[in-house]
Amino acid sequence: MIKLDPKIPKGPLAEKWTNYKSAQKLVNPANKRKLEIIVVGTGLAGAAAAASFGELGFKVKLFGIHDSPRRAHSIAAQGGINANKNYRNDGDSTYRLFYDTIKGGDYRSREANVYRLAEVSGDIIDQCVAQGVPFAREYSGYLDNRSFGGALVSRTFYAKGQTGQQLLLGAYGALSKEIHNGSVEMFTRQEMLDVVIIDGRARGIITKNLITGEIERHAAHTVVIATGGYGNVFFLSTNAMNSNASAVWRIYKRGALFANPSFTQIHPTCIPVHGESQSKLTLMSESLRNDGRIWVPRKKEDAEKIRKGQMKPVQIPEADRDYYLERRYPAFGNLVPRDVASRAAKERCDAGFGVGTTGLAVYLDFADSIKRLGRNVIEERYGNLFQIYEKIVDDNPYETPMMIYPAVHYTMGGIWVDYELQTTVTGLFAAGEANFSDHGANRLGASALMQGLSDGYFVLPYTVQSYLADQINVPKFKTNTPEFDAAEKGVRDELNKLLGIKGKQTVDTFHKKLGRIMWDYVGMGRTKEGLEKAIKMIKETRDEFWKDVKIPGDLNGKNAELEKAWRLADYLELGELMARDALVREESCGGHFREEYQTPDAEALRDDEKFMFVGAWEFTGVDKEPVLHKEPLNYEYIEVKTRNYKE
Amino acid sequence: MDFTLKIWRQKDAKTRGSFQTYKVTDISSDSSFLEMLDILNESLVLKGEMPINFDNDCREGICGACSLYVNGRPHGPDTEITICQVHMRKFKNVGTIVIEPWRSKAFPVLSDLMIDRSAFDKIIQAGGYISASTGGVPDANAILIRKEKADESMDAAACIGCGACVAACKNASAMLFVSAKVSHLALLPQGQVEAKRRVQMMVAEMDGQGFGNCTNTGACEAECPKGIKLTYIARMNREFIAGKMGAQKMDL
Repeated sequence: MIKLDPKIPKGPLAEKWTNYKSAQKLVNPANKRKLEIIVVGTGLAGAAAAASFGELGFKVKLFGIHDSPRRAHSIAAQGGINANKNYRNDGDSTYRLFYDTIKGGDYRSREANVYRLAEVSGDIIDQCVAQGVPFAREYSGYLDNRSFGGALVSRTFYAKGQTGQQLLLGAYGALSKEIHNGSVEMFTRQEMLDVVIIDGRARGIITKNLITGEIERHAAHTVVIATGGYGNVFFLSTNAMNSNASAVWRIYKRGALFANPSFTQIHPTCIPVHGESQSKLTLMSESLRNDGRIWVPRKKEDAEKIRKGQMKPVQIPEADRDYYLERRYPAFGNLVPRDVASRAAKERCDAGFGVGTTGLAVYLDFADSIKRLGRNVIEERYGNLFQIYEKIVDDNPYETPMMIYPAVHYTMGGIWVDYELQTTVTGLFAAGEANFSDHGANRLGASALMQGLSDGYFVLPYTVQSYLADQINVPKFKTNTPEFDAAEKGVRDELNKLLGIKGKQTVDTFHKKLGRIMWDYVGMGRTKEGLEKAIKMIKETRDEFWKDVKIPGDLNGKNAELEKAWRLADYLELGELMARDALVREESCGGHFREEYQTPDAEALRDDEKFMFVGAWEFTGVDKEPVLHKEPLNYEYIEVKTRNYKE
Repeated sequence: MDFTLKIWRQKDAKTRGSFQTYKVTDISSDSSFLEMLDILNESLVLKGEMPINFDNDCREGICGACSLYVNGRPHGPDTEITICQVHMRKFKNVGTIVIEPWRSKAFPVLSDLMIDRSAFDKIIQAGGYISASTGGVPDANAILIRKEKADESMDAAACIGCGACVAACKNASAMLFVSAKVSHLALLPQGQVEAKRRVQMMVAEMDGQGFGNCTNTGACEAECPKGIKLTYIARMNREFIAGKMGAQKMDL
């Protein structure tokens, strides 16, 4: 029986991290050289961790699926990164950022972890500036800030609409320095397909070279997984095409618990779907909600005319527009958290007020801001986003409102980790979006970048070192052990099985089918009935996949269909776990909205008595019921309230 | 919309490649260029053939993975955009589309339309960074930077490392890519300390990787999806010469 011990340090909340660091175990420089660390994933968390481990003197092997570490999907984050700097003098503090994050997550995250995140957030900005990240500045030369959803202070630092790109390039620079120095060895175009456990500790990985097709073995003293989230289980999401859950799913199957899998974030401002051949969705940054106003027609007949192309949005007079977020949430208005904004859009569209040809869109209008601030100010703030929109939709957002609709964007759930970011497998760590740690049931905007870099620069270098302190006498591992043999054989057998099916349907056919089920039943609105149906349908789709998928080629060389197939095979199991988790959680919280549990005015209704816990699932076998372990959440430093963004 | 596609097929780095002709029909004008290729690939897979390999990931124009040379232009017919964001409506009245990988000695073909751009990473590894280790750095607002400088630095830092500049250049020169990184860091006070050393190391690595020389034709600027300016090359040349002179002085 696995016992969940979050290993939270003793002492008052504000002193826990300091206490941890004072008491942690260290490794002397000569011994660091003898210790090897595998990092999987080159996004913010992975790149920052690998660079920092390298600087400390450890031997690092870093693995990424792309041709360059700079292409990891952190690169696509647009809006910004939060920090507790209080440069605005508007009342921000470590506690305030901690409070907003816990509240934004609807009281389903762990206090100590979130406090540490808020505590190191300022250091992240310092570090990035030192690396040369060109954050936006004011004419005075000081750093500029903007506001994001779920906060009443301006604490978001940004680099135009390309903050993720600039932060990742900063981490990539630090990483490149360490590669040059020889402390980090970079393996590009390699996908991890299993973790190797020797005597109860993670000691290596099995990878597939995505160009030559070779299956490789790599050993180390410890393994860090930073491979991102699992949003692509929905087929359509804002995740990159190659973002996948296979590394996290495979460590789950080796004993790492998977926490809160149903907590997915549906982002309110994405470009609406155009048709069946759509391959992915494009996000329009949340920062647009600083100056854009969201509305739909007040009259159904106007909405209908717009859908038929008989009317244009600019023709609708002010009085006939429903700025529904400002109406429902006067205090936060257009800057309510993402889950709230997404559900409100769905509610209006379901009620027949949606626009666009499909009726699955709402307007995001800049006319007022352009009038108030001038077109050049709006262009300066959002120029590149407006350009992206125009290229994709063929509409000019300076002249007509943007159309947006919610889309899957981020997964708060992930591998269960303790305070040290260690999973339930000894010596196996998970960081960034891959873990469940900091965002509870809903992540606030501009907090993903913060968490990735916090884990990578400022948490793992301490906790992994502490873990390695008693490993100094463990010699380097060889990869010819029976454990490596067995793991490689498992991977080979699975891939050969996939190739041997030789069915009639393509991988994407099944993926679209799964995505449809997930979106309809495990998406923005969930019910007991729908979730039970989804579990059944996912199982059926999985069985059909394993009987009828068609994959050309073999194990050798580049085989893109085989890559998609193993990733989908994992999604077909993960999707079921997400539905199970959503079914068990008989409450609504954050991004998890069970339609049976809502207030009279359609807000999420939490049940703190029964569900104030982290739900961590243990794998027992495919087609077998997983076991749920509960980590109770205790709030000592925050008063648990109903989230209220109205007043 | 219907198209005839002439696509470069090459099994792997060692095998000789050739153009193959394919037809696609009923393509929506709202489909992206890569979605059109997805549709073609689905039909190939159903016939039991290997799909066409091409690098792509974010499909939002920011990761820099996509790298297709379409009808003689890197990233296709539009300007300041990557091919992943070009939609088929841009191909009205274009019957035949020729699709090739980037062509440059420094970017060998790996499979079909996929190329090896690790030469770019090597150039960055040679010195394209500020050597600030984690921790122990000053407060972010302790370093004041004029807004104009910060903005100009950001414009250079917007480079996505796709390699379209190299593909567009008749000499396969990487000067625009290298100059963007050199300028991004040289424009910031934090980047000054290592500026001279950085440009020397990066240029030496660039030459070593087999990229050609710059002859100021400006094809790179015209095809850059992020609008990186030719003036950065001028800045890099200045930095390089200043660095050389500085180095000579030290040698004396």
